[in-house]
Amino acid sequence: MINVQDLRITFGKGTPNENKALQGVNLSVAEGEFVTVIGSNGAGKSTFMNCLTGELIADSGTITIDGKDVSRWKAARRSSLVSRVFQDPLAGTCEALTIEENLSLAHSRGQKRGFGLAINNNKRDLFRERLSRLRLGLEDRLADKMGLLSGGQRQAVSLIMATLQPTKCLLLDEHTAALDPRMQAFVLELTNDIVKETGITTLMITHSMGQALQFGTRTVMLHEGQVVLDVSGEERSSMTIHDLVEMFGKVRGEELDSDSLLLG
Amino acid sequence: MNLISFMGAIELGLIYGLIALAVFLSFRILDFPDLTIDGSFPLGAAVCATMIVSGYNPLLATVIAFLAGGMSGVVTAFLNLRFKILNLLASILTMIALYSINLRIMGRPNVAIITEETILTPFEGQGLPGYYLKPIIAAVIVFVVALIVARFLNSDYGLAMRSTGANQKMARAQGIDTNKTTYIGMALSNALVGLAGALFAQMNGFADITIGTGTIVIGLAALIAGEAIFSTRGMLMAVLACIFGSIVYRIAIGLALNADSIGLEPSDLNLVTALLVTIALVLPGAKNPLKKLMKRGN
Repeated sequence: MINVQDLRITFGKGTPNENKALQGVNLSVAEGEFVTVIGSNGAGKSTFMNCLTGELIADSGTITIDGKDVSRWKAARRSSLVSRVFQDPLAGTCEALTIEENLSLAHSRGQKRGFGLAINNNKRDLFRERLSRLRLGLEDRLADKMGLLSGGQRQAVSLIMATLQPTKCLLLDEHTAALDPRMQAFVLELTNDIVKETGITTLMITHSMGQALQFGTRTVMLHEGQVVLDVSGEERSSMTIHDLVEMFGKVRGEELDSDSLLLG
Repeated sequence: MNLISFMGAIELGLIYGLIALAVFLSFRILDFPDLTIDGSFPLGAAVCATMIVSGYNPLLATVIAFLAGGMSGVVTAFLNLRFKILNLLASILTMIALYSINLRIMGRPNVAIITEETILTPFEGQGLPGYYLKPIIAAVIVFVVALIVARFLNSDYGLAMRSTGANQKMARAQGIDTNKTTYIGMALSNALVGLAGALFAQMNGFADITIGTGTIVIGLAALIAGEAIFSTRGMLMAVLACIFGSIVYRIAIGLALNADSIGLEPSDLNLVTALLVTIALVLPGAKNPLKKLMKRGN
């Protein structure tokens, strides 16, 4: 479904701040796989994600999604194949617009946007039905401004928006990192349910080793802009967080003296 | 303030209501501070007046003025999007260029069309005096345009445009070509200004190179007045608030300039406007200054 070959990008080329963010990433994800992506700060996780969505265009290398070479496609064009949920709850939704208007925007993703009314009763019914699964009471607040919702509520709505239209793959960029533990668990459960129901190919970046193993079918580790670990199947299911942290340390060439990653 | 100057204030308020609407589209909807307006307003007047003097149909002249205004918006958007020139600066460049272009179009600083046929001509001589006729025709045109704009903003495409100004990254993630929506929004905004210029020229019987000065500030003042006095929940209300805000602003200015006790002269208009807008902008909670005052009163 997703095929990435030798993806490279350098920021600030030729300046003292030159940063080789991606140094030849190779990754092939089969249809229906749920991949969790881990890596330390600066490993290139978010850059990789931005390359997949088209927010960034890589210097070299190819990205194929659903058999189409999208390497040079801009974000808007890729949105028919890829939908994403941002790390920042404020980024994925429009606070100045109402809940139903946000959903309507997502409802038209990949479709031609014409001059028909953006909100009508048919769409309202659909939005109510989709929101009711959240059990947050949002289905009765369609005309409320998005800005009135909490970060967790907004991430939950973002997930509904991301899957409102059929899409080829779902990209989650640490989408629970900014939430409190209770909301985090709620959004993760919701993510897991939606991915299982729809069987959509999913990439989830996470900072938490626990989440990386608990969710999904495959775990990939990025380090210094390259894939350094790729586990799935038997090997992954028998893996403990300790094993993962140890590998993480080995890759970084240092022993981790803090268990902050473990507890994360 | 006598009847004629009152009706004159309403007429001007309606025409400048289109400009408030244009400012609403650029400043609020697209989050694009656009000063092109100071050039596209006289552009609309110049194109319309010159075409009428040359014997073209006044309706056609009005439509071309509308399109010419739209083109100037596209130029500003192009400078900003293609060459990454800061939006404010891009609009100033277009505005300054339009000064020369307007002079070229008219061939002189002032074109009189007071004796020519305009869109008002078919309605004149029906027994209605000009000071009633002009505001009525202006009202019909302005409200039809306002309703079309409100309907557009409530459409799928209009919503895409609103999300462009509110959250570009999110808009792109939803498949919206934010460059295209910016081009179309800027074109629409300045086309409305061009139309306002064409109406202004025909109602007043002339086009002049200097009528553009400070247009943007008057538009902002009208927008702020509208948002302060009227509820802006929903696009239709927000759009109508621009028009009514502009009328209220014109009447208030008219009253102030006519009240001998204050000692203001008509030439003080720009100073008063600038002061009003400054006060509205620096007041805490600037978006709705008057609403807050009223709430405190309760």
